[in-house]
Amino acid sequence: MGLAMLGAVSQGILWGIMVLGVFITYKLLDIADLTVDGSFALGGCVCAVLVVGGVNPIVAILAAMLAGMVAGAVTGFLHTVFEIPAILAGILTQIGLWSVNLRIMGKSNTPLLNFDTIFSQMTDLTGLPSNVAAIIVGIVVAVIIIVGLYWFFGTEIGSACRATGNNEAMVRALGVNTKVTKMIALMLSNGLVGLSGGLICESQKYADIGMGTGAIVIGLAAIVIGEVLGRLTPGKLRAFGSRLTAAVVGSVVYFLIRAIVLQMGMDANDMKLLSAIIVALALCIPVVWEKFQLKRSYARSLKSASPEGTTAEGGR
Amino acid sequence: MLTLSHVSKTFNAGTINEKRALVDCNLHLAPGDFVTVIGGNGAGKSTLMNMVAGVYPIDAGTITLDGINISQLSEPARAKYLGRVFQDPMMGTAADMQIIENLAMAKRRGRTRTLAWGVTRSEKEEYAERLHELGLGLEKRLTTKVGLLSGGQRQALTLLMATLTKPKLLLLDEHTAALDPKTAAKVLDLTEKIVAEHQLTTLMVTHNMNDAIRLGNRLIMMHEGRVIYDIAGDEKRSLTVKDLLQKFEEVSGGELANDRMLLS
Repeated sequence: MGLAMLGAVSQGILWGIMVLGVFITYKLLDIADLTVDGSFALGGCVCAVLVVGGVNPIVAILAAMLAGMVAGAVTGFLHTVFEIPAILAGILTQIGLWSVNLRIMGKSNTPLLNFDTIFSQMTDLTGLPSNVAAIIVGIVVAVIIIVGLYWFFGTEIGSACRATGNNEAMVRALGVNTKVTKMIALMLSNGLVGLSGGLICESQKYADIGMGTGAIVIGLAAIVIGEVLGRLTPGKLRAFGSRLTAAVVGSVVYFLIRAIVLQMGMDANDMKLLSAIIVALALCIPVVWEKFQLKRSYARSLKSASPEGTTAEGGR
Repeated sequence: MLTLSHVSKTFNAGTINEKRALVDCNLHLAPGDFVTVIGGNGAGKSTLMNMVAGVYPIDAGTITLDGINISQLSEPARAKYLGRVFQDPMMGTAADMQIIENLAMAKRRGRTRTLAWGVTRSEKEEYAERLHELGLGLEKRLTTKVGLLSGGQRQALTLLMATLTKPKLLLLDEHTAALDPKTAAKVLDLTEKIVAEHQLTTLMVTHNMNDAIRLGNRLIMMHEGRVIYDIAGDEKRSLTVKDLLQKFEEVSGGELANDRMLLS
C-alpha cells in the first residue's frame, strides 16, 4: 500500500508538468486545448525512440519538449491564421498526431527495458529506491518550471499573453498581436505536455501509442482539484505562483485518489469514467449552485413580501 | 492630423443583410481638433471609429494619420498611434489583472514587448500620480483586480490608459453611454480635462446632443454612412439642440432623434 502511494505521488508530480501545460491554455488563455492527448504521446514516443537510439536521456526529454512545442504550433497555426475554432484545431492536431506517433515509433509500443533513463541514473547515483528518485527528479523539474512560468508571465510578453485570455479586444487596442500571444501560449503549453510525456516514458520505461488518451481530462481534473484545495486553504492562494503549485498538487492528489480506488478493487478501465465524472461535477456544481441561490433569494423575497400583500388584499 | 478620403465600407455585401455603413466618407481633422460625432442609429458613427482603429479592413479609400497611410495596417499596428475608449466599460480593461498591470500594458502601447518585467518599480509612482489626478482614490488600490471596480471607475481607468502614452488621436466611442448620468458627467469632465491638458486630437461619438454641443471645438453629424453636417468655432458654440434637430431634417428629410437621444 505504501509503495503504491509513493508510486502515485511520483506519477502525480511527473503528470503535474502536463497539468501546468493545460493550466496555461485552460486557465490563462481560456481555451480547452485538445492537442494535449496527442502531444503527450508525441513527447513519450520521441523520447523513447531517442533513448533506444542511444541519445542521452536528458537530451531525449528536451527533444520531447521541442516536439510538443511543434505540435502546439500546428494547433496555433490552424487556430490563429486560419481561424479554426480552438477546440476543433486541437482535435485535428490530436488526430493527426496519432499517425505521426506511430510513424515515429514504427510500432505501437517501444520498451526501454535495458536503457539508461534519468531515473535509473538518479538511482545509480544516489542509491535511493526508484520511486523516491522519481519523486526527487519530478520535484526538481516542477520547481524549475513553476519558477520559469512565474517569471515568464510577469514579463511584458507574458502579461500580454495573460491579458489575451482576459480581453482580446483590449490587448489588440494596446498594440499586441493576439495571434502571436496565442501562438506563444499554445507552444509553451504543449512543450510542457511533451516534456511530461517524455518524463513519464522514462519513468515507466516504455512509450505507448495510447499513453496520451484522456490526458486532457486528467489535466482538467487536477486543475479543478488544485483549485478546490486552494480555496480550502486559509491565506491567499490566489497569487499566481500558488495557483501553479496548486495545479501540481492537484495532480498528485488525483493520482493518490486513483491509487486508492484501484487498491479498493476498482477496474483500472473505469478510471477514465471516474475522471470524466470528477471534471463534469466540478464544472456543474458552480452553475447549479448559482441557480439554486437565485431561486432561494427569490423565494425569500416572496416570503418577506407576502404578509404585506395579504393585508393590502384584505384591506380592499 | 487625420484624413479620411473616399472611405467606404459595406457589411455583408451581396446578401439580404447588406449594410452600407460608410459611403464615400471624407473627413479631415486638424491637430488639436476635438470633434464630437452625432447621428441616428446605423448612421455609421461606430463604423467610422472602427475603420480608423482598424477593427475591420476598409473596402475603398485611404486613411492617413499624421502623414502616415494607415489604411492597410492591422489593428495592433495602428494601436501605436491611437488611444481608444469603448462604450462597454468591460472592453477596455483586463478584469483578472491588477490596476497597475493594466496601466503597465497601456504604457507599452505601440512598443515591442520584450522579456523585461511587465511592471517595473519606477513606474509605480507615475501611475499613482496619474491615478490621483482622476480623483477616485484608485492610487491606493494599485494591486486591486480591475474586475472589482465599478463601470465608471473602469471607464476612467481606460481613459487614463488610452492617454498614458500620448496618442496621435484619441477615439472615444460613446464611452459614457453605459454609465449612470452622474458617473457619465464625471467621466466626461475627466475627458475634457485630459484632452485639454495633453492637447489631444480627439474624435468622440456620443448620443447626447447637449454633450456634443458643449464639448469640443467642432461637431459633425452623420447619416447613412456620410458626414452630412460639419460645424466648428463660434457657429458651433451658439448651436442649440433644436438647431441640430432642424438641420438634420433639412439634410436628410427624416427625423434624427430617437427617444434615447431626446431623453439624454
